[in-house]
Amino acid sequence: MRHHIILRVVAKLSIPFIMLYALYVQFHGDFGPGGGFQAGVIFGAAFILYALIFGLDNALKVAPMNVVTFFISIGLLLYAGVGVAALFYGGQFLDYGVLASDSVSGQHLGILLVELGVGITVAAVMIAIFFTFADRGR
Amino acid sequence: MDFFVGHYNYWIFVFLMMLGFYVVVARGNLVKKIIGLNIFQASVFLLYISIGKVFGGTAPIIIEGAGGSPVTYSNPLPHVLILTAIVVGVATTALGLSLVIRINEAYGTIEEDEISEMDLEP
Amino acid sequence: MINIVLLAFLAIISLAIVRIRNLFAVVMLGGIYSLLMASIFVILDAVDVAFTEVAVGAGISTILMLGTLALTTSREKIPMHTPLLPLIVTFITGAMLVYGTWDIPAFGDASAPANLHVAPYYLERSMVETGVPNVVTAVLASYRGYDTLGELTVIFTAGIGVLLLLGRRRETPASASEQKVAASGGTGRSDPGKETASDDGGSASKGSAT
Repeated sequence: MRHHIILRVVAKLSIPFIMLYALYVQFHGDFGPGGGFQAGVIFGAAFILYALIFGLDNALKVAPMNVVTFFISIGLLLYAGVGVAALFYGGQFLDYGVLASDSVSGQHLGILLVELGVGITVAAVMIAIFFTFADRGR
Repeated sequence: MDFFVGHYNYWIFVFLMMLGFYVVVARGNLVKKIIGLNIFQASVFLLYISIGKVFGGTAPIIIEGAGGSPVTYSNPLPHVLILTAIVVGVATTALGLSLVIRINEAYGTIEEDEISEMDLEP
Repeated sequence: MINIVLLAFLAIISLAIVRIRNLFAVVMLGGIYSLLMASIFVILDAVDVAFTEVAVGAGISTILMLGTLALTTSREKIPMHTPLLPLIVTFITGAMLVYGTWDIPAFGDASAPANLHVAPYYLERSMVETGVPNVVTAVLASYRGYDTLGELTVIFTAGIGVLLLLGRRRETPASASEQKVAASGGTGRSDPGKETASDDGGSASKGSAT
C-alpha cells in the first residue's frame, strides 16, 4: 500500500476523526443511541484501518500485542470492580445507588464506568483478533 | 385480509430463517456454513425486533412531549436482548473462523466431505 | 408496515448467497445483507440495535471473513448430488414455524402481551431512578447489568480463544505432516523407544519452525 498515495493521505486524515467519533458515541450513549459496544467496535476499526494501510509491522509498533492483551483484561476488571466496590459501600453486587451521595448520581456514575469498561474490552478484542488473523498469514 | 397484513412480515422472516438453515445443513464448505449461520441469526433478530414495534411509537429515548402530552415509545426490552445476541453472534463467528483456519492448515481443504474422507482413511 | 422493497431485497440477497459459489462475492453480499438489516431496524424504531448491527456485521464480520478467505481457498466445490433430505427437513421446519406464528398478535399491536409486562415500568421509571434518557442503555447497564457482565465475559472468552488458537507461530506443512505420520505410527504400539523418537522429531520440527 506504500504507493497508493490517495489511500494513505485519506487514511491519515480520517483515523483521528474515527477515534473522536468513537469517544463521542461512548460518552453520549446516555442521551442518544450509542453505548459501550458500538464505541468499542468503531475504535477498533480505526486501528484496523491503520493496519490495512500502513502494514502490520507499523501497527504492531503502535499497539503491541501485550499492551492490547492487557487492555482486554482491564475492561472486564473495571466492570467487575464497580460491582465489588458497591459491595464495599454497603449495597448489593452491582447496586450503583450506593456509589455516590444520592441514588440518581450514583446510578449515573455507575453506568458511565460500566460502559467505559465495556468499550475498552470490546475495542481491544477487535484489535487483537484482527492482528492475530493477519499475523497468521505472514 | 387483516390477518395477512398483520402477519406477513413474520412469514418473510421465517423464509429467511429457512434459507440460512438450508445453507448450514446442505452445503459442505465450512466458510459458507458460517455465513449461513449468520443469516439464520440475523433473521431471528428481525423477528424479535418486529414483535416489539408499536404503531405510532418512536425510538425509546425519553423526550419531552409537545405541550406535555404523553409520547408512546416502542418496547425497549427486545432491543436490549438483541444487542447482547448480536455481540455474542460476532464472538461465535470469530471463533468459528479461527477454527476453520486451523482445519485448513491441518487438512489442506475446507470441504466437509473431503475432511471426513481424510479422517476415515487408516 | 415494513417497507416491501427492503424485504424483497433481503430475500433476493439471501437466495443469491445460497446459490453463488464464489466465496468473495458471498462475503460482500453478506455485508450488504447486514446493511439492509440495519435499515429495517431503523424503520422498526430500534436505533441502538441498528448501530450495533452495522458496526459489527458490515464492519468486523466482513473483515474477519475476508481474512479467512485470504488464508484458505476462495471457491466452493460444486455439490455432487442434489440434497433431497435437507430440502425436506427445511420445508417441514418452515411449515411448523409458520404454524407457530399463527397465534402471534398482529404486528404493531400496542396491547400485545410482550408490551404489557415490564416495558411500561422501565419506560416510566428509568428517568426517575437513573436519570438517563436512553432507556436501552439504562436497562442494559443498570436494570439488567448482570447480563451485560456475562456478555462482556463472552467477548473476553472469544478474544482469548482466538489468541490461543491462532497465536502461536504456524507450523510449516512439512513439519505438520511429519508430526501426523509420527503420531499415527506411535499409537497402538507401546514401545517407549519409538515414542521418544517421535517426540524428539516433533519437538525438533517445532523448534525449527519458531
